[in-house]
Amino acid sequence: MKPSKTWVIIVAVIVVLVGIRMSIGQGMARAYVERVDQSVDVKANATHVATTFKWTEWHPVQPKMYEAAQKADANQTRFAFSWANTIGLWLSAFFTLAIFSFLYRDNPGYRLAEAVIIGVSAAYWGVVGFWDTLVPKLFGALTPMLVHEKVLPSLPDPTMGQVVAMYFALALGIMLLMRLAPKGGWISLWPIAFIIGVTAGLKIVSHVESDLVAQTVATFQPLVNLKSADHVTQLWPTIWASLANILLVVGVLCCLTYFFFSVDHKGAVGRVARVGIMYLMITFGAAFGFTVMGRVALLAARVEFLFDDWLWLIDPAGKRIVEMATAVGSMLCWW
Amino acid sequence: MSKFITILEGLDRRWIFLAMAISVAGPILIIGITGKTLPETPTPAARAVYSEIEKLPVGTPVLIAFDFDPASGGELTPMATSLVHQCAARGLRMVFIALWPLGPQLIDETIRRVILADYPNLKEGIDYVNVGFQSGNEAVMKVMLTDFAKAFPITKNGTAVGDVVALKGIQRASDFPLLVEVCAGYPGAKEWIQYVISSSGGKIKMVTGCTGVQTPQLYPYYPVQLNGMLGAIKGAAEYESLVNSSLAPKDSSAAIPAKYLEAQRRMGPQLGAHLLMVGLIILGNIAFFAQRKSKVRATS
Repeated sequence: MKPSKTWVIIVAVIVVLVGIRMSIGQGMARAYVERVDQSVDVKANATHVATTFKWTEWHPVQPKMYEAAQKADANQTRFAFSWANTIGLWLSAFFTLAIFSFLYRDNPGYRLAEAVIIGVSAAYWGVVGFWDTLVPKLFGALTPMLVHEKVLPSLPDPTMGQVVAMYFALALGIMLLMRLAPKGGWISLWPIAFIIGVTAGLKIVSHVESDLVAQTVATFQPLVNLKSADHVTQLWPTIWASLANILLVVGVLCCLTYFFFSVDHKGAVGRVARVGIMYLMITFGAAFGFTVMGRVALLAARVEFLFDDWLWLIDPAGKRIVEMATAVGSMLCWW
Repeated sequence: MSKFITILEGLDRRWIFLAMAISVAGPILIIGITGKTLPETPTPAARAVYSEIEKLPVGTPVLIAFDFDPASGGELTPMATSLVHQCAARGLRMVFIALWPLGPQLIDETIRRVILADYPNLKEGIDYVNVGFQSGNEAVMKVMLTDFAKAFPITKNGTAVGDVVALKGIQRASDFPLLVEVCAGYPGAKEWIQYVISSSGGKIKMVTGCTGVQTPQLYPYYPVQLNGMLGAIKGAAEYESLVNSSLAPKDSSAAIPAKYLEAQRRMGPQLGAHLLMVGLIILGNIAFFAQRKSKVRATS
């Protein structure tokens, strides 16, 4: 499918506008950092002489701080332009637009962005799994001296119970990996059975406690809910509160009737079940509405990023010196 | 009319995407340039979140869980910012934890944006602490019920939790009178209710800020098991306006920092997008009924 002429024109106009934005005012999409020198004195114990470790950190700062510092002293070294952060900003904008481009149709830019997301997520999960789970929990229990010395000096010593539990977990983990072996795949069924058993045991108790019992209790509401202030019953608050409780109780009973399939949904039962369907439809509608709201909020956040951090068209946080209204105004004038 | 219906029937969906982009981008530009936001009237669920935090005495430890990642930041960052803002202003002892691996970085970002910027008198390790991430989901919650230090042996910075002043007197989860949960999915508010709130016998109260997708699933828990709730960006905007109005400086001419107006700013694009959605649903129905009518005519 070839892109229609209209869409080519729309994309071309957007590209031209971005180009114009780059060339007017202060430009766009630049990141600045502040140099912060750090140091720490480290002593192995009370008798040792402290060794001072020094390093430099570069903290992101608002463009206006760089501009102000440059205005005061052109040779200052505290604030600097950051190539790394600027490239990151441009990459962020590129990937945002690449993902949005799927709305037009599938394309190499979208596929690249998708592959990068999957790759980065997989790598991140691998690193997190190693450093936050295997190192403190498994190695911290089985080789505590090594972990204390090299990685986490503050990690508490494991108890005998924890060590035994970790040997058990290690054995289960190795058994689970047998699934990948050409022979003996059945061994992985044992840890899977263990996981399912423990999860079911945990979930059944909590679901019965918090969902079945607690929700049933929450449904037993008085149909007439008297609301009073200073020992005087208030008419409208009482009516509204009672109506809410009646709607709740009627809704629960009707929905339960709809899901009761041992009786034909005819006559009175059918009518009650129909009311139950209406309740369900309203619930689905509310869920759809909330989902739309959530997705629009995410879209708005990305568009705000493009307009604020990348294009420098708006500046709600006052990060830059030039009034953004001026920038937008000059852009419109040029147009 | 029939021509209009024909156009609607054959409308390329990409025009709808473009209309959505314009309806979202337009209000963002207008609000970004003018700085004006839409007024918000807090609902009882948002007011409950505010009052649950407000009624705690100064210095009370509060467990704040950041169970989300940057993918949901557009919805949840504004409410996380306002929740920390109110807790810091109230002088509560904030203990941050995360059951999502990217939570600790988001906690650090919120601490930098709110506490370090506006409450420099609060000391790390004394008034607040980032305990960090712990893997294990529900298992961590269950362990926390009996032994907090066992669930989180060290903080994000590598300090043993027993040495942290902010955690003094904290043996188990029920030592926190309030749990503030900001969540985007699993594990999240539902699991906290199932494994911690239900088992605590009413010792812990819980308020949550959640995504729009989760909101309908969590409403049944409010107000019995869940004491307050911020549903999606709308709940965030309501709560934000409530916190801003209560913490507004005496000098009313002073502007509220933009970081505390993030949710309210995003209600403009919400209005534009929802108006478009309503319009499209009406147009879709008109096209549907017109099509049905013409089919009935054709068959008769």
